[in-house]
Amino acid sequence: MKVARLLPQSVVGLILLFLAFPMVVVFAVSFSSANYLTFPPPALGLKWYRAYFGSENWLNPTWLSLWVAAAVVVLSTILGTLAALGIARLPRALKVLVSGLILSPMIVPVIVVAIGVYYAFSKYGLVGQPIALVLAHTCLAVPFVVTSVTATLAGIDPRLEQAALSLGASPRGTFFQITLPLIRPGILVGALFAFITSFDELIVALFLSGQGAVTLPRRMWEDLRYAIDPTIAAVSTLTIVLTAVLLGTAHLLRRRAEQTRTLTASS
Amino acid sequence: MSDLAQPVPLSVPVRTAPAFAVTSRQVVPLLLVAPLVLYMVVLYALPVASMLLRSINEPGWTLQHYRDLMTDSVFFNTLSNTLYTAVIVTLGTLVLGYPVALALVRAKRLAPLILVIVLLPFWTSVLVRSYAWMVLLGRHGLINEALLASELIDRPLRLLNTPLAVQIGMIHILLPYMILPVANALRQIDPSLARAAAGLGSPPWRTFLQVTLPLSIPGVAAGALLVFVLSLGFYITPAMLGGPRDITLSMLIANQVDQLNWAYAACLSTVLLVTALIIIALCRRLPGIGNAFKMSAR
Repeated sequence: MKVARLLPQSVVGLILLFLAFPMVVVFAVSFSSANYLTFPPPALGLKWYRAYFGSENWLNPTWLSLWVAAAVVVLSTILGTLAALGIARLPRALKVLVSGLILSPMIVPVIVVAIGVYYAFSKYGLVGQPIALVLAHTCLAVPFVVTSVTATLAGIDPRLEQAALSLGASPRGTFFQITLPLIRPGILVGALFAFITSFDELIVALFLSGQGAVTLPRRMWEDLRYAIDPTIAAVSTLTIVLTAVLLGTAHLLRRRAEQTRTLTASS
Repeated sequence: MSDLAQPVPLSVPVRTAPAFAVTSRQVVPLLLVAPLVLYMVVLYALPVASMLLRSINEPGWTLQHYRDLMTDSVFFNTLSNTLYTAVIVTLGTLVLGYPVALALVRAKRLAPLILVIVLLPFWTSVLVRSYAWMVLLGRHGLINEALLASELIDRPLRLLNTPLAVQIGMIHILLPYMILPVANALRQIDPSLARAAAGLGSPPWRTFLQVTLPLSIPGVAAGALLVFVLSLGFYITPAMLGGPRDITLSMLIANQVDQLNWAYAACLSTVLLVTALIIIALCRRLPGIGNAFKMSAR
């Protein structure tokens, strides 16, 4: 009986190790003192973090990635939230059509999107301009905002809006005082996912970055092709930490959204 | 054009209100959706469509490029390599993902920890995760060093730049896409069914095979569909972990664009897109697939 329980448990443990171990290795290598990739590291140090923070070649792409991602968050959150509010009220046939268009970047292979926008943008001299990355990344990020806000909207009790309207609130007032506060967690989660989508994006950047708009993933890609030194491990660790912080925030926001939902259900 | 603008006379005048009266209830949703729809059409749908059109209008309307494709051995090798990798990766994620999904649903105290281990890599960039496998599988990587130290081998194995490395990396990256839909399906199974089977004297393994497993098939189908379709488009991982011969459709497309061979790249993109859409359309008929696309919201 004991073997029957221990065997599946250790199998699951090994698979989880398979999932987690590569990240642990990147983490460990980033604190290595060695000049080449080796694991376990001979000694620990912050050499590669110093290399990263001391190099314009790394910091400039980092700033660009942060700016592009921030612009993508603004654009995709506004467009996506408005669209999610509209989609919920569209007639069924139109709803299927519109959400099909908006959500399709999730299943269309990214390379197809990438060369499509590259083909169009190169005609207008946009390749190598940060704005091109913002415009293209927004297409990839907006489905996350729409799905997140739509899910939050579905959890709102419609009687709350009806009550506000019947008590004499204007449609505008109802939106800003009732609907918007209720869907805010969904909007913020969508915004975080949009940020991560743009910040990590490589394939579109390979085509649109040109010489003038090199993002962090693009810089890492180039570095991987020439010299593999542990600076990349340090950069990777920093992005993993950033992602973990953002995901933790998203999780807390979701929990808050669920609490509001239970409140609305009981009210 | 002008007679289109005229109201079409209704043969049966049942309504007193004009047929074209639009209320704000109908207009407001359209106005809300309009900016994003316009954005997506201009900056996404039209660019992709006009790129794809180059496969049939260069020079002039022709199907010649597709005819050339039929006799192109590079294309067929790449397509079969892409499909083969997708099959292996789908099977691999299924074998490794099912037990984790089961543990995620059944574990009580450890469930949050398992979820973190599944979700954190999920949201880490594909580039970083592929890089991690380069560190592990390299000539002086951890696996080779460990094997050398234990004297199981006397020379480093060639692990990196092989099809195996690509498969391992892709399985690692796509595993959460299998675990989450399967766990979702398992969670929806009524626990009293398993208790009833046990109460009727069924041993646990039989309860699993005859009750739990069949009921979780919709989740398995959803996860497999998602993993298969996503594997078809992989570019970064095969480029980083594969050898010079492990080329996927996405890599071939990028390569042709670099050579400004737009008609060929457009043909390949159409094939890739249509293959993905056909698989999705076929699997839509299976039960429980609708949820797969909610899961693809990561």
